[in-house]
Amino acid sequence: MIGPALNAVIPVICVTLAGLTCMLAEAFRKKGERMPIGGLAIIGLLGAGVSSVLLWGRHAESFGVVVADDFGLFVGLVLVMVGVLTVVFSSSILERYKLPVGEYYALMLFALAGMMLMAIANDLLVIFLALEVFSLAVYVLTGLRRESFASTEAAFKYFLLGGFSSAFFLYGIAFTFGLVGSTRLDRIGGAIASGSLDGHPLLLVAMGLLLVGFAFKVSAVPFHMWTPDAYEGAPTIVTGFMSTAVKASAFAAFARVFMSAFGPMREDWGPVIWVIAICTMVLGTVVGVAQTNLKRMLAYSSIAHAGYLLVALVSGNDVGKASLLFYLLVYAITNLGAFAVIAIVSEPDTPREQLRDYAGLWYTNPFVAGLLTVFLLSLGGFPPTAGFMAKWYVFTAAISAGQYSLAIIGVLTSVVSVFFYLRVVVVMFMSERSSQAALPKPSPAAMVALAVSAAVLFYLGVLPTRLLDLAASSVASIF
Amino acid sequence: MAVVPMLSLLIALPLAGAVLLLLVPNREHGRDRLIQWLALGISLLEFAATLRLWAGFNAMSADFQFVERVDWIPAFGIQYAVGVDGISLFLVVLTGFLTPLALLCSWESVHKKVKVFAFFMLALESAMVGVFLSLDMFLFYIFWDAMLIPMYFLIGVWGYERRIYAAVKFILYTLAGSVLMLVAILSLAWMHSVATGAYSFSYQAMLEMSIPRHLQTWFFLAFALAFAIKVPLFPFHTWLPDAHVEAPTAGSVILAGVLLKMGTYGLVRFAFPLFPDAAVAFAPYLASLAVIGIVYGALVAMVQPDMKKLVAYSSVSHLGFVVLGITAMNVQGLQGSVYQMLNHGVSTGGLFLIVGMLSDRRHTRLISEFGGLKHVAPRLVAAFFVVTLSSIGLPGLNGFVGEFLILFGAFRWDPRFAAIAATGVILSAVYMLWMFQRVNYGAVTNPKNEGMKDLSPREWAILVPIVAMTILMGVAPSIFLNPMKPAVDRLVARMAEAQPRRMVQLTPTPASRSAKQVSPHAAAVAAR
Repeated sequence: MIGPALNAVIPVICVTLAGLTCMLAEAFRKKGERMPIGGLAIIGLLGAGVSSVLLWGRHAESFGVVVADDFGLFVGLVLVMVGVLTVVFSSSILERYKLPVGEYYALMLFALAGMMLMAIANDLLVIFLALEVFSLAVYVLTGLRRESFASTEAAFKYFLLGGFSSAFFLYGIAFTFGLVGSTRLDRIGGAIASGSLDGHPLLLVAMGLLLVGFAFKVSAVPFHMWTPDAYEGAPTIVTGFMSTAVKASAFAAFARVFMSAFGPMREDWGPVIWVIAICTMVLGTVVGVAQTNLKRMLAYSSIAHAGYLLVALVSGNDVGKASLLFYLLVYAITNLGAFAVIAIVSEPDTPREQLRDYAGLWYTNPFVAGLLTVFLLSLGGFPPTAGFMAKWYVFTAAISAGQYSLAIIGVLTSVVSVFFYLRVVVVMFMSERSSQAALPKPSPAAMVALAVSAAVLFYLGVLPTRLLDLAASSVASIF
Repeated sequence: MAVVPMLSLLIALPLAGAVLLLLVPNREHGRDRLIQWLALGISLLEFAATLRLWAGFNAMSADFQFVERVDWIPAFGIQYAVGVDGISLFLVVLTGFLTPLALLCSWESVHKKVKVFAFFMLALESAMVGVFLSLDMFLFYIFWDAMLIPMYFLIGVWGYERRIYAAVKFILYTLAGSVLMLVAILSLAWMHSVATGAYSFSYQAMLEMSIPRHLQTWFFLAFALAFAIKVPLFPFHTWLPDAHVEAPTAGSVILAGVLLKMGTYGLVRFAFPLFPDAAVAFAPYLASLAVIGIVYGALVAMVQPDMKKLVAYSSVSHLGFVVLGITAMNVQGLQGSVYQMLNHGVSTGGLFLIVGMLSDRRHTRLISEFGGLKHVAPRLVAAFFVVTLSSIGLPGLNGFVGEFLILFGAFRWDPRFAAIAATGVILSAVYMLWMFQRVNYGAVTNPKNEGMKDLSPREWAILVPIVAMTILMGVAPSIFLNPMKPAVDRLVARMAEAQPRRMVQLTPTPASRSAKQVSPHAAAVAAR
């Protein structure tokens, strides 16, 4: 054993090693030889999962800048789950699109390593490091289909704007360091709480810059511009991955920085995020209504969901923090499932991303249509799916924090969002089949994974108690 | 206390049956008949279970019976709590009664995806029974919302031409109303947690909570909006004609027979008793909307060329009566309302079934396409006649009892409302009889009607129970009124507590004004 100092980062190490192995395997692969590289990725992810479970409740610390508390581990486990599901969904898709297998898995695992590190980082610089690690990997993943213009354009847009936001973030770190003399979250929090910096204008500047960086990564309005283009252009399965994993890790760090380090300044950032949350919910749903491309529609829907997560953040109480975790988990399963269905039915020459491509899908592929319906209903927040429980939890948090207006706007926008989720259902179930082309045969493993995801959504929609308690207990010990 | 968890059984049985149906392999629709028989069997079993519930129900008690409570989400005091009292008992029985009939009526008319159709019908039944039995607001809301999805599919997949528009309108309207109720429910639970230190969504706990008047107003409005859309109360009714007309017959029957009752049930069960002060304050406004709906629905029904649309607008009118009875808040009004909910389920359900039979034969529902049916299908017309009369409210049939009680209750409260509402009774005779005359009397003018078949055995099986119920409920209403009496009495007593508070508020200088200007409510209280 290397010693307890590394304990907190064991899950990250597992994933990184798996990523390196994937890269090596690809290097030694003969042309045309098939290798179970996806299997390697899953082994690494399972290692990360098991070590996270073993670290549970121990509050392991590494070098003072990484603290594997339950909050971070919870998000880490969500990320592991997203990773495993993505690997399972990807196998047949990579073949169909002739994507480079080894690079794909290696990049995905590096991205996950960065994300997991971000969730447990307790230092602004480590957060930045993690942010860059996963961002770079995700930029490349976005542009993985080199022959596709849209994919390249999306990657370029995402990269440019992402680079900007990273610069803002770094600038914010610099200001913070200049004022406090440390980048450790606990020291920043202590310095602010001591009152010596009260009313210092540069502190507000620092906080604002950090806020911009986070708002970009979680695609909150008005920093959402890149989202629809990047989500539409990226290979669909990558879109599913980045819409869930990036959001989960960014929200984890967002919550940690603003609730612990800048916690004493709630009165300053609360109203700002309040406004951002409302704009994000409203814009995401209203613009989503106008979309006819399914991926763009889900992109706007993911913006709207960022708004609901921000509601949890603004509420700021224990219920709010726990609801953030619960919502992230449910959203990850649901959104990944929805994108995976699109990815599974698409082919390189027939992308099947437009609404009309799904006309009458129920009559030809009832199982696939049924699964997509479950995911969409969960995104819309219908009981008895987990999406309802997640929204209920967030709105309970808002109301218990006295944020009635957020709760009311939240429920009203979710009604509007139901309109566009149901439009897909309408097209699948209620119109005649338009194109005669048969769908590609989905791989059995992917179908099983989708069915399990849907079953979990129902399970969490009916019996959420255990997970709610787990979420509540994992925020109890921190902040 | 029952040994068997009776109510859970009632909720779970149709859903379990529905899942079972999904497991039946049905390639190329080879087993459609088997699936239809299975679905019918399950729904009949459910009906038998509801009758068993009625048999075991203690008619003397006002309390909730067969209560089951299990912690569900303890951190927020959410329980799986179900119970039945005199008000919900018959709505559950009605649900059990109508579902087999609705399944039977789609025997021939639903061809595609029979299995999924039956699945959604049974799932819908579970959710509806759950709505009526829930004693936990959270559970209630889950069933309330969950019910939308099967109905949405029933309208959207198996409906008529404009089904998609109707389905989406139905779900968005209902949802828009109900989400504000969700916020109100969450706020109530939060208030409970502030007051006592623990969250609770329990209906009884909320009844005991004292809610400040200004908050009552907001909560009442949120609840009333959700229920008013569902009822539907004028001017929130515009989704109803679309949904009713475009839905398949089975969907219309369930929609009119049971779903609309959830709105009025919600008013009786939640909106009024939870927020009595606000309810008393808003009662005249609700009653005004109700009587507008009565007259408006009747007038619009009169000019409809489409029979199904006519019946749909007649529902707006009839449900106006139910709401009027609730707002009167006396024993007669409330009993009449609950009774009228059942009547409307039976008679309007019956009308939709008959219109469905005509539409199966002719593939049109336009009144002008028919005429002289008495000569070609006398038995069908006879049943049509009884159901029409029951819908009009002829003494001796069920509709009379409910309307009479409601008008009586409304008169005791405020004669003006009763006077306007009574015109609705006359108008209903006009539009129903006029439609009946044009469809059934005279010579057979349209050659397409000449070879029309009379009732088939399956249709006999549908119409005999309906006709029997209209007569039974007309001549022996006490079978139904007695068990609901204790629960209604208790509700009236609770509402009566709020009445004097209102008088105080209305007359700030009692000495000078109260003698001259006695509010109708005060008169009603005095009369009691």
